[in-house]
Parts: sequence; structure tokens; C-alpha cells
Amino acid sequence: MQTFYSDLLVIGAGLAGERIAVEAAETGAAVTVLSIVPARRSHSSAAQGGMQAALGNCAMGKDDCPDVHFQDTVKGSDWGCDQEVARLFADTAPIEMRRLAHWGVPWNRVVPGKSFFYKGGEKFEKYEEPEKEGLITARSFGGTAKWRTCYTSDGTGHAVMCTMDNRCAELGIDVRDRSEAIALIHDGETCYGAIVRCLRTGELQAYIARATAICTGGFGRIYKATTNAVICDGGGHIIAMDTGQVPLGNPEAIQFHPTGIVPTDILVTEGCRGDGGTLLDKNEERFMHIYEPDKAELASRDVVSRWMTHHMRQGKGVESPYGQHLWLDIRHLGDQHISTKLREVDEICHHFLGIDPRTQLIPVRPTQHYTMAGIRTDRDGAAYGLKGLFSAGEAACWDMHGFNRLGGNSLAETVVAGGIVGRKVAEFLQGHDVSFRTSLVSDAVAAQEDRIKALASCRNGSESVYKVRSAMQDALMDGCFVFRTGEGLQQAVDTLKEVYERAGRVGLRSNGRGANPELAAALKIRGQVRLAQCIASAALARTESRGSHTREDHPERNDRDWLNRTLAYWKEGADVPELRYEPATYVFEIPPGDRGYGGGKIIKADEPK
Amino acid sequence: MARLLKFNIFRYNPQDPDSRPHMQEFVLEEAENMTLFIALNMLREEQDPSLQFDFCCRAGICGSCAMVVNGRPGLACQTKTADMDTDITLLPLPVYKLIGDLSVDTGVWFREMYQKTESWIHTKKVFDPGQLEERMDNAVAEDIYELERCIECGCCVSACGTARLRDDFMGAAALNRVARFVVDPRDERTDRDYFEIIGNDEGIFGCMGLLACEDVCPKGLPLQNQLGFLRRKMGITALKNIFRRN
Repeated sequence: MQTFYSDLLVIGAGLAGERIAVEAAETGAAVTVLSIVPARRSHSSAAQGGMQAALGNCAMGKDDCPDVHFQDTVKGSDWGCDQEVARLFADTAPIEMRRLAHWGVPWNRVVPGKSFFYKGGEKFEKYEEPEKEGLITARSFGGTAKWRTCYTSDGTGHAVMCTMDNRCAELGIDVRDRSEAIALIHDGETCYGAIVRCLRTGELQAYIARATAICTGGFGRIYKATTNAVICDGGGHIIAMDTGQVPLGNPEAIQFHPTGIVPTDILVTEGCRGDGGTLLDKNEERFMHIYEPDKAELASRDVVSRWMTHHMRQGKGVESPYGQHLWLDIRHLGDQHISTKLREVDEICHHFLGIDPRTQLIPVRPTQHYTMAGIRTDRDGAAYGLKGLFSAGEAACWDMHGFNRLGGNSLAETVVAGGIVGRKVAEFLQGHDVSFRTSLVSDAVAAQEDRIKALASCRNGSESVYKVRSAMQDALMDGCFVFRTGEGLQQAVDTLKEVYERAGRVGLRSNGRGANPELAAALKIRGQVRLAQCIASAALARTESRGSHTREDHPERNDRDWLNRTLAYWKEGADVPELRYEPATYVFEIPPGDRGYGGGKIIKADEPK
Repeated sequence: MARLLKFNIFRYNPQDPDSRPHMQEFVLEEAENMTLFIALNMLREEQDPSLQFDFCCRAGICGSCAMVVNGRPGLACQTKTADMDTDITLLPLPVYKLIGDLSVDTGVWFREMYQKTESWIHTKKVFDPGQLEERMDNAVAEDIYELERCIECGCCVSACGTARLRDDFMGAAALNRVARFVVDPRDERTDRDYFEIIGNDEGIFGCMGLLACEDVCPKGLPLQNQLGFLRRKMGITALKNIFRRN
């Protein structure tokens, strides 16, 4: 077996992982980055919309500043975020956007003079000032007071990912694709790297490092309907939780995006609504302004997803063989706009729906999109529970998003958090040396070899991994989607317990040799069911509605009892997670208040029981 | 009754000593709005769990799922079965190293390409976090992005006559990459610097002009225009080099 040594092992080569790698490598650290796909295929590259940063360059972003960005972020989180982290993020974002420009990102720039834009289907005029010409411009996104989303046409993630990966190539960082971490090497206190399966040959390898960072993105694929890439399957979360030491923060906080297309759940960007697209019902009438007179289509994602579901429940959805959906209308934006700023949307409509969005409506419905849930870290990105383990990006619960994330904040988070955490990792490396028994590594390898043998020989049973996965996905769709109830969640918890038992009996039908895909799925199925159980259990326990977590039997936001963050641990031998809680934030720059949209009653923190 | 699709799929697992390259037939009932992404996953989950193929975004954005579909390189995720005959032949992309069945190693090829083309902004300027960003004309930014839209699926290289004949040919993806930096005012490289990289048969002068690269590009990139643009620029640079030597 091959063993590789480095100062820092980064698991995941999306934007957050590569940004950490760049920051650490610039201080002279030897960095290895692992990725299950070539780095530029990372899900970061699929982000179309943009990155939020309060540059205040464009006309509609005039007088924007990090303070306003901070307020929007805290409000958007429904006061579930760590306000110190949100502040750090808002203050750093403008610098990171400029740094990206320096490295090569072709941000769209301010074009001076008069131009038009759409809001709620109506046409408005704006005037860009000549002295701002050529500075980074911004577009509108949901839940924000100003136009703040920096973008490159509708390929922001792709463009930034190219630049970041170029920067890695320039620095000579060792990025190894087709490598999947299947376990962490640890002694219960300190993390020493990971056991990795090569996805070219199927061989196991050991990667030893003084620090390890998990940046594997979200785990939307445990849901049946998700906008996520097929690689967003929770691999990083699973190996962290498997240690029994590292908790998952706010597992119940799962975001649903309003505009996944029907039936394939491919995302069409929020930029559609930001640029003036509207949502229509079966009568081709707008409805969002009825529920949200002020923000309408541009309320935050949790709010729009709920009203869409509500409206469909009122019988206003369009019937289809795949169930009800609504329409997204961008016809009025015109050919010029659609073929440049919304070109990916145009291509998606063409290739996956066979329609032309210039003349036809796009069928959409809410779909799982983002996990605010993640590996719980402190402000420096250090994971709770294991020394030497870090996390950033969607994989982490850092926690600037709380219970709902604003569009454009996650893509910005990848590079902002990546930069901050990368500096902290570099500091950590300065004062941290490791020594460990080599048996720790050989034992870890032996344990994984044994797991693989058990699966290949059907030692524990011969359940089909794909059937078990499907049962898990159905349980989440039924119980843990946009609207939740105590009864539905209890059902999900019970079903997932059974599914977990079945997951323990999975065996391969193929021979498992080489880069066998069935083995890859089988190695993570138990961990995936654990993640699903964490969502269901934490959602059942949280008897309030906050951000994307909506309990129909507890519609009020309850700051008195629930202004806190869930920490879900999975101890060895357990069949349900252990839930603990910590305050949502230790510092209040702004006290809990009304978000200004989305309605709902709030039980105040000082309200007597 | 929906159509029955007959898939002829290339099978070979180089890691398995018992495996021999061959074509295997699968039959699958067509479903509404079926793409090759949906079909291949159904085949793997219901008929043969060892079947190897790559998908990632499944939305035509990441480039993972390029393969030869009925003789033509393309993205499987955005290929609708309804647009095809019932006989569907799937082969892995040529040129790249085979990992197994329909899965090939584009990652290593492209990483070598970044090193050859020095695929990053070459500048002596140092980033100053206290300063405003350097200004850029929006039209220039859009021109750069046009060339940066490449998703590295590898279709252009697989369809390229020269790349099939010689291993060292850089291919349209690499030349497009160079063009992206040529139009970027932030990159301080001169035409002579670029000539060092692509002014030879491995680069701009190896192309036979068969145009397949542009024909198969799933993003519709103007690969031949870029090639022409670079060739003119490099031709002039080559002439200048001759006169300079005299």
C-alpha cells in the first residue's frame, strides 16, 4: 500500500478546498488536495448566479457596505447564524472579490449610462455613473437590500473555479483527482489524515498529514429530488461523523430552491428572478406579490419555496405526469438578455426540456438545494471534537447561514471562508507537530479492507445498495421536505431506523474489482442513512419554525426556547443520533427581530412560558 | 407500450484480470424525457452494478459524461433518447486513458495541459487588499468569459484527427486556453512568449483544419476562429523572429 505525507491534506477540490490549499501553500506548506472528480468538475462550477460582496459599485448597489450585507445575512439566517462569523464574512468578502479579479476572474463590469431592468415583470430605468466605469458590477438576488451579487454572465462558479484551479497549478499544488477518502485516521483526539480509495484502480492508500480539511460540499443526494451533482453525497460528513467525536451542526437546516425544473430537478438560477423573471400559476397569473407584497419573487428562498408549495396546495399548480408544478416566466427579458446573461438557463431549457424560454414557460417546483447543515466548526474553521481537523464551504457549519442561506452567499463563502480558514490552518501548522503509532495507520487500513471484503463477499447480507438508498431518499422526501409535522417526522425517524438496519446488510452483486462504482456506493450507504436520521431526529426535536425548517404544527419562531444550534453526534453502536445544543451566537450585534418578509409569529426570547 | 431501446456498450475493466474488451447488449424500456444519464443509471442499478461511466452535474455544465454516442463524441447527460433510433452504441472517448467501460481519464490530460500552456495570469503586479480593483472594460470581460466557457469534456480532442495521430498535439482545448490569456489585458505575456508554447507542430501548426473540434463542442465554442486568430498572430511572430535573427 502506498503512503503519502504532507503538511495539509485537503479533501475536496471545489472552491473552498482549493482556496484553503492556495492560502496554506503560499506560506510554504506542502499541500495535497484530493478530489473524486477532476477539480473543475466540482459542484462549485455549476453555480450560475454569483457571489455576494458589498462593493457598492453599481447604481442599485449605491451606498452598500459590509454593515448592510451583515444585516441581510443575519436576517436571512432567521437569527440562527453566529453573528461573529457573519460579520467576519461580510467584512472580508469585498477583498476576496478583488483578489479573484487580480487572479483572473472576468467579473462583469459597470457600463456607464442609462439602461433598463425588470422587477416583478415591470420595466424600470437606471443610470450607472461614469466614475464607476470598469469596476466590478452586481446583480439582484433574493433577500438583499441592495444589488450585491458579483457575477460573470451566468457562469460565475465555473469562471471562479477555473481561476482558482489555475492558481493551484501555478503554485504547483498536488491536486489528485479520482481519489475518495473513506475514513479518517485518528485516535479519538487528533486527526492524522485519511484512508483513501483510488477511483482509477480501487487500491487503498494512506494520506498522512499534520492537518486535514474537509471541503466536500453538501449532501443533497440523500434526497431524491435535488439540484445537487451526483458527487454531493455526503462522503466528507460521513467520515467526520464516523469518528464519533465530530458533530453535525443544524442537520434540520436544509434549503429548498424554488426553481428546480420538472422533472429532472436541474437548477435554473435565482438570477432569473433577480433579473425580473416571475412565477406564474396554472392560470398563468402571478401570485408571489399576493403573499409578499414588497419582495414578491425576491423574498428569500425558504419563503418563496413555502408559498409555492402553499399555492399548489390551493389547487393552483399545473398538473403533470410528475406531479404539480408552477411556471417561471422570463419571456419578457428578451433574446439579448437570455442569450447572454441567462445563457445556461437557455441551454438547460433547450437540452432538458426541449423548450425556448423566449416564447415558452419553464416548469419549476421547489427542490432540495443546499445544506446549511454541516461539520460544526469554530470561527477558525476547526472542527469540534478532533484536533487537526478543519472544514469550510458547504461541508461546514461555520455558521454564517443559520437556518436559511441567501442566494450568492454560499459561493462567496467558499472563497471567503477558504481564505480565512486557510490562514488559520497555516498558523496551526506553525505550532503543531504530530507523532503517532504507525499501528494507528495499519489498523485503519485493515478496518477498511475488512469492510470491503465483507461487502464483496456479502458477509452481512445481500441487500441491494441502490434499493436501500432509494428507501432512504423516499423517507426524507415524505417527512423532511418543505413543510414538516411532528407526525410525519416521527414516521421518518421510524422508517430510517429500519433502513439503517437494512444498510448494515448490504452486499455487492458485482465482483467489486477495480474502480467499481457499486462498491463506492456501498461504502457510504450506512453513513448516508445516519445523515438522513440526523435530519429527521433534529427536525422532530425542534418544535418551532425557523428559516427553512418549517413545522406546520409549530408555525411560530420560538426565540425563547430555540435560539440555539443543534449538534448531532453519532456514538459507536447507536441507532439514533445524540442531540445537544449550543447558543446560536455568543455575540449579538443585532438582537433577534422580524425579517421583514415571510410573516409568522415570533415568541420573543424574554416572553414568559 | 414505450419503445425498447437496445444499448451496445463497450465493456472492459483493466483492473480485472478476467475482463476482456467486448461489446455488451442491454435492453431497456424507454421512459418519458429519458436522457442517457437516466438510462445508464437504470442499467447500473437494475441490470449490471459493475457498469462504469462518469456523471457529475448531469446538467451539461461540468463535462464529466463525454462519450462516443453512435459514433460521435458528446455529453451523455444532454442526449435525449427520444432524439435517437432504438439502437444506441456507446463507446469511451479515444485519446484518453481508459479507466473502465465508458469512463476515461481526462483529468491527467488536462492537468498536463495547464502546465504546458502555463494556464494562469502572468503578472508582476502584487495584489493590494487596501486598493480598489483594477478597472476593466465590460466588453473585454465578456470576451474573456466567452473563451473560458470550456468545460474540459474532451470531445474536441477525441474528435481531432491530429490528436489521434500524435500524442503530443495540444488540441483545440489547449489552444483555446491560450487564446483566453492572449485577450486578457491582465496577462503580461508577449506574443513571443506564447510562440514558445504553441508556435510548433505540437501547437498551432499541427492542426490539419478538419474542423471536427468545433463541430462536436457541446458548448458551441468558436474553436476554429481561435485557432485562426492564434495562427495569424503566431505566423507574424514567426516572421518577426526570422528578421530579428538576421
